[in-house]
Amino acid sequence: MGKYFQPEIETASRDQIINIQNEKIVKQVKHVYENVAYYRELMDEKGVKPEDIKSIDDIKKLPFLSKADLRDAYPYGLLGTDLKNCVRIHSTSGTTGRRVVAFYTQHDVDLWEECCARAIVATGGSSEDVVQVAYGYGLFTGGFGLHGGSQKVGCLTLPMSSGNTERQIQFMMDLGSTILCCTPSYAAFIGESLAEKGYKPSDNKLRAGIFGAEPWTEEMRREIEKSLGIKAYDIYGLTETSGPGVAYECEEQTGMHINEDHFYAEIIDPDTGEVLPDGEKGELVFTALDKEAFPLLRYRTRDICVLSREKCSCGRTHVKMSKPMGRSDDMMIIRGVNVFPSQIETVLIKEGYAPNYLIEVDRVKNTDTLDINVELSPGQFSDKVSDIQAKEKALEAAMRTMIGIGPKIHLVPPKSIARSEGKAVRVIDKRKLHD
Amino acid sequence: MAIRQLSIFIENKKGKLSDAVKTISEAGINMRAMSIGDSDDFGILRLIVSDTAKAYSLLSEDNIVKVTDVIAVKMNDKEGALYTVLRVLEKADINVEYTYAFTARELGAYVVFRVNDVEAAEKALSDKGLVLMTEEEIRSI
Repeated sequence: MGKYFQPEIETASRDQIINIQNEKIVKQVKHVYENVAYYRELMDEKGVKPEDIKSIDDIKKLPFLSKADLRDAYPYGLLGTDLKNCVRIHSTSGTTGRRVVAFYTQHDVDLWEECCARAIVATGGSSEDVVQVAYGYGLFTGGFGLHGGSQKVGCLTLPMSSGNTERQIQFMMDLGSTILCCTPSYAAFIGESLAEKGYKPSDNKLRAGIFGAEPWTEEMRREIEKSLGIKAYDIYGLTETSGPGVAYECEEQTGMHINEDHFYAEIIDPDTGEVLPDGEKGELVFTALDKEAFPLLRYRTRDICVLSREKCSCGRTHVKMSKPMGRSDDMMIIRGVNVFPSQIETVLIKEGYAPNYLIEVDRVKNTDTLDINVELSPGQFSDKVSDIQAKEKALEAAMRTMIGIGPKIHLVPPKSIARSEGKAVRVIDKRKLHD
Repeated sequence: MAIRQLSIFIENKKGKLSDAVKTISEAGINMRAMSIGDSDDFGILRLIVSDTAKAYSLLSEDNIVKVTDVIAVKMNDKEGALYTVLRVLEKADINVEYTYAFTARELGAYVVFRVNDVEAAEKALSDKGLVLMTEEEIRSI
């Protein structure tokens, strides 16, 4: 295999890409309007008809979809085809209340896997490679996405799923894995585990890693590259649009090429919804151009980033997105899990605490830590240390049930958490993931 | 014959203990006995003071304060004194939650017990002729 998985598309001229997009958006809006009542109503409210969309530029006329719409429409409200045509679902972790369930026809799975295949080939991957997929398999899109992409490239695919590090290392060493796919924090952990076992970075056959699903820094990239002796590539995606592979890095490692023939990206001002020119920082909005079962138009990702059309030395012509620099809402991604302060507040109230709290997120040895200071009220106070410690443990357990990861709870006296005027400072993120 | 102890919830942070102590000292209240139970996050300051009501109302302004009945048992100045007391409590099936010691000038040495059943403990100890400190004595030390 050459340098590209689909050279004619990946290196197409700007005009060719726009032609593809023009053709697809007209069809797609018609498809959505006819099949998705929820979106049809949004379009009718805005007074937009499918025939108003004649080219990709007209996309500005369409209404946005947000996470709230996805929750309202759960589970079938945004389905674009008959269930009998669907072959699979995937789902978000559902930490914000209702899960998002995304549906796929075989066509949708194919185009998603094609995107992942492009990502693998962009790291120099070919049928010679042994790809160890250590993303979780299941409702989470990571495992299945890279798995499908790897098979499309013709790689020997190891469906390891996440966890069981002993076994990961055994297969990696015995079968000579050349590409590792997992979250960056798990890659760092595998690197540390290898070192603990006395392996040098040169002892493994790994050449590249494709890491995503959580925020990570340039420093972390360099650390992982050093500890595993590889080149580490970023990958981006979300369940709502398909999964990983919406955008991926090439050898330049200066941003992720968006698969523009399938996903149209816009950057908007998160407050006004106004579309911003390339190069400006704003909220990333995606339109799936040819998905059948879950065809989201103008979906607001809440990720803040920048698009760049500067010529890339890899020869790919598709626009590049920066690593997300933050969120336009207050969502935190901790150990790959989406966490909202509102969930933490919900648990506190349910457990009888006042909603006065301070969340501290940090990263220690490449693992995220979550500490929550919670104010104790006079009625809950006991003069026995063990009673208060038991309360902390109980609250930790309740939090774990709600958000999926276990925080460390610190009960503190009332009024000890600073009150600010206006919007309360609820979160201190010390991870320095963004500049 | 239980005496009242104040328990104050204090964040395990620089300056927090001295803030509470300052409140008491500025009000001219005497500390008779103190101990601290702590974890990494917090401490529980336990005080027996000359004016419990006044200390409670002052400390409550900025802190969580709880009044707990405890028993202060006079220790005979001879070996095995503490053991004798513990045996009495054990035989009466009383649990000791925590304990600490203090001396009260000419009245001698005392050990404070926070127990699960104050009345039963008082009875068991008095029956064995052990001397418990009273609220009046606390005020007059």
